[in-house]
Amino acid sequence: MAQPSPDSPPHPDGDTVKACLMDVADLGRTLDRLARQIVEHLDDEAEPAERLALVGMQTRGVFLARRLRDRIERFEGVRLPFGVLDATMYRDDFRRRLRQPVVHPTEIPFDVHDRRLVLVDDVLYTGRTTRAALDALMDLGRPASVRFLALIDRGLRELPIRPDFVGRTVPTTPGEEVRVRLVETDGEDGVWLVGRMTTDD
Amino acid sequence: MSEEALDVRGSELVALRHRHLLGLATYGADEIRLILRTAREFRDVLERPIRRVPSLRGVTVVNLFFESSTRTRLSFELAEKRLSADVVNFSTSGSSVSKGETLKDTARNIEAMKIDLVVIRHQSPGAAHFLTRCIDSVVINAGDGAHEHPTQALLDLLTLADLDLPRFPAEQLHGGDFGGLNVSIIGDIAHSRVARSNIHGLQALGANVTLCGPRTMMPQEVERMGVRVTDRLDEALDGCDVAMALRIQLERQQGRGSQANLFPSLREYHERYGIKEAHLARYPDLRIMHPGPVNRGVELASEVVDADRSVILDQVTNGVAVRMACLYLLSGGIAGGDAE
Repeated sequence: MAQPSPDSPPHPDGDTVKACLMDVADLGRTLDRLARQIVEHLDDEAEPAERLALVGMQTRGVFLARRLRDRIERFEGVRLPFGVLDATMYRDDFRRRLRQPVVHPTEIPFDVHDRRLVLVDDVLYTGRTTRAALDALMDLGRPASVRFLALIDRGLRELPIRPDFVGRTVPTTPGEEVRVRLVETDGEDGVWLVGRMTTDD
Repeated sequence: MSEEALDVRGSELVALRHRHLLGLATYGADEIRLILRTAREFRDVLERPIRRVPSLRGVTVVNLFFESSTRTRLSFELAEKRLSADVVNFSTSGSSVSKGETLKDTARNIEAMKIDLVVIRHQSPGAAHFLTRCIDSVVINAGDGAHEHPTQALLDLLTLADLDLPRFPAEQLHGGDFGGLNVSIIGDIAHSRVARSNIHGLQALGANVTLCGPRTMMPQEVERMGVRVTDRLDEALDGCDVAMALRIQLERQQGRGSQANLFPSLREYHERYGIKEAHLARYPDLRIMHPGPVNRGVELASEVVDADRSVILDQVTNGVAVRMACLYLLSGGIAGGDAE
């Protein structure tokens, strides 16, 4: 793992950068590999309606899912259906926060019913966000299956949730945070392990 | 898929600065836009097979309605239930109030039952504000006398923001920027809390507001509100993008004393201030709004109510979504949040 770079990545004040887990090249290679893993699950015989679909979780999961979709299209010539999911309304941490978190859009432009889905998020931690996302998906229909893809699995699970596709597994402690930064929102690509002063929302 | 779904880099507001929703007079444009953005997401929930989310699970809301109201109470109740809140309804008929209990004591008794959120409608202006002084719960004003009715104005603003008007780029209105938008509010302005809240909201978002009605129905201090005033409907509709017709409160016209007979007859009101099919023809881009319930043939001719350019039913749909958004955004204040 690289040492923190002198050109500081865009972190909130109060974060102490401990290590750079992935630089832009690492991220690209990992996404390539994850895209190929998803392709292995594609069933060439399947009707288009049952074909795998990607659902990106707000907010950074959306950009990761989009990049995966583009890679899959490049590798296989197949353009998977793509949706955006916000699980904020299904969170379980109500009343432990002073402000309700911002609700981002949910747009799933295909029928969830009987479809095989891959849910994409940047960091898997306690598993509560994934649980909320599953509840949100179930309220939209009855998928044939849901697989979960996390760019980073940082351990410390509090619910029986496990990823089906993982970019990298990194053991962490509760006082740490894994920050995924993407060009689309943060100006650059990379994954950092930081000492926590603020929570990443 | 819209780019809006992907925009996380904006400097948009993420939380309201108020603990209660008592009126729009103190609400900033950014807060209003946050409510509208959030309302759109809740409106999507209403389109789904399962029209419910668990966001307010475990939260208890009381609808404290001292004035009779079917539609507003129903709209709030639906919004609360769609958020999975526990709902208690309190209306004045056959209640302790008719036995002489004061508002303060009613509220205190309710608070003792651990109610998190109170939605109050009362005939006295300032009742909602008064309530925040007696109890700790979060308070939403559902109409206090002729003072404010903020959720009605917010749903009107959402309806406006979603309009497809040829004069404006869609993103401008959609984003809650009403610069250049001409809105005329027509009717009994003096007695209308809907008008007051809308004036605050429209001005906050940059719209040009015209008030139109008989002089007997204009508030005394109206010039100070920074609006254009006319008692001629043609003047109000010329160049107008959207006309908001207010309900003539028929019960007031039959009232006693100074409130009685503010105009000679309903027919004369319709003659001079009612929006008719001829107006729709003369102003081909004019949109029509009304908070409801409509008195057909008084504020609006019957054909106008049912015309394509009337967005009255959209207002109703938006009402539940907007109230869900307000309940959601304000519920963060339940855990003893910042004082207003």
